[in-house]
Amino acid sequence: MTTIVAAQRAVGTSVILQDIRREFPGGVCAVDGITLTINAGEFVAFLGPSGCGKSTLLRMIAGLDRPTSGSVSLESKSRELQYDSKRRSNIAYVFQDAHLLPWRSVLRNVMLPLELMRVPTREREESAMAMLEQVGVADFARSYPAQLSGGMRMRVSLARALVTQPQLLLLDEPFAALDEITRQQLDEQLRNLWLSRAMTVLFVTHSINEAAFLAERAIVFTRRPARVVIDHAIHLPTERVNALRTEPEFAREMKTLFDALELGG
Amino acid sequence: MKRLLRSILPPLIPLVVILIALELIVRMNWVPSYLVPAPTKVFKAFVNPITARELWQATLDTAIAAVIGFLASVVVGMMIAILLSSAGWVQRAFYPYAVFFQTVPIIAIAPLLVIWIGFGMPTVIASAFIVSVFPVIANTLSGLLSTDPALRDLFRLYGASHTASLFKLRLPYALPNIFTGLRVAAGLAVIGAIVGEFITGGGIGGVIDISRTQQRVDKIFAGLLLASLLGITLFGLINLISYLTLRNWHASERSEA
Ligand SMILES: Nc1ncnc2c1ncn2[C@@H]1O[C@H](COP(=O)(O)OP(=O)(O)OP(=O)(O)O)[C@@H](O)[C@H]1O
Ligand SMILES: [Mg+2]
Repeated sequence: MTTIVAAQRAVGTSVILQDIRREFPGGVCAVDGITLTINAGEFVAFLGPSGCGKSTLLRMIAGLDRPTSGSVSLESKSRELQYDSKRRSNIAYVFQDAHLLPWRSVLRNVMLPLELMRVPTREREESAMAMLEQVGVADFARSYPAQLSGGMRMRVSLARALVTQPQLLLLDEPFAALDEITRQQLDEQLRNLWLSRAMTVLFVTHSINEAAFLAERAIVFTRRPARVVIDHAIHLPTERVNALRTEPEFAREMKTLFDALELGG
Repeated sequence: MKRLLRSILPPLIPLVVILIALELIVRMNWVPSYLVPAPTKVFKAFVNPITARELWQATLDTAIAAVIGFLASVVVGMMIAILLSSAGWVQRAFYPYAVFFQTVPIIAIAPLLVIWIGFGMPTVIASAFIVSVFPVIANTLSGLLSTDPALRDLFRLYGASHTASLFKLRLPYALPNIFTGLRVAAGLAVIGAIVGEFITGGGIGGVIDISRTQQRVDKIFAGLLLASLLGITLFGLINLISYLTLRNWHASERSEA
């Protein structure tokens, strides 16, 4: 099992941040000199106080914003995936709220990225349907977003992000607005989705618990402007179920992250 | 059925009371009948074959002109709004003129329209168009500018073309605003058409103008009633289309942004 997982981790996109700074007009400096390398296939959590610049960092990695100075580069090693990248988007982004198009059915919302990338209609529908099944909302394919609960909407949003088989998945506090139970279910599901795919995941969160549960590596940032306090490898089993959250080893990881947050705040 | 009755009955009560009171006031000669017509007299104008035909024809003419003017507003107004929303500088350069255009009273432009276009329905249509185009522009524009930034980012991430963003995101997202504009524009188009008819003749505006010179207050009131009925019908139609289009949405879904 572990060897298969290790082999899969070898694909995905690596992210190299070189001394990036982002200063907004008006003098607010959100990110100040971050140098980081995220390896292909890693699951990394970004943890930091509110307003410290995590979203800004994620947007720069996605290419939606440019750093004032420094460089962001993405590298994909796998030749097969490079070929695929002509058609398949390399990057997917999940926001704090689902941000679905209210005039489209669930299925057509998930088809949207493929549509924008000009994938043939037939293939679009098949991929979207398969993805909805994976996240467990296939029964609602014909429903409209307004008819779904917040948790289901977020699942659809995840399906929309994953339908292009991205090599880099960026999530900006995706489950922050959900209740605890739904959130833990989605954490577990996201972890499993990552295990079954070849992709790098960057996950922004306020929650120490969530960061420890999900990630292989957690990076804690200071208050604004964001700098790295610690870059910590999380030593927990590869297969994780929610019961893990009550284990002593889990508590130990949480304490490390908590102390780092204290130090940075 | 009971619910329908409950929503229709209350507003009918004051109407009936007012009609009876009016009838009494005129019958008792408290107010001369050349100032206010007895409701029965207005009713007679509707049933009398000669006046009925005249009124029906007038309403039809006004309706046609108002609807054509309105449709022109929808098409032209939305196109202008799309152009204005394409870049900040375009909006800054041209939007003030749209606002200026809107502040010039239609009653002052109507004589010019007659000089340029002549007497007849085209002038009436132009008048309906001029009054109703601005609300379409303003509301469509504000809708186009309010697109959820997260969704704009999403479209960028997938390399969506300009056209794709417009038709798959920005226009549909603006629909609730567009419908608000259309509701206002529909009522204004009827007003614009009637103003035009006052100058060129024909339609409900023409009937009212002629009736004024003939001191036929009953026909003036009949014309007033028809004009507002026409406005209400158009308004109702737009509401229906709006309801059918947006029924799958939910207010909360948009405010989520
Ligand atoms: N477009 C912008 N223009 C000006 N200032 C901005 C802009 N975007 C973000 N900022 C500022 O940069 C700082 C960091 O913002 P950012 O959204 O990255 O924080 P965050 O860590 O994601 O916070 P949260 O956890 O609350 O989401 C904030 O002080 C914010 O006000
Ligand atoms: Mg944020």
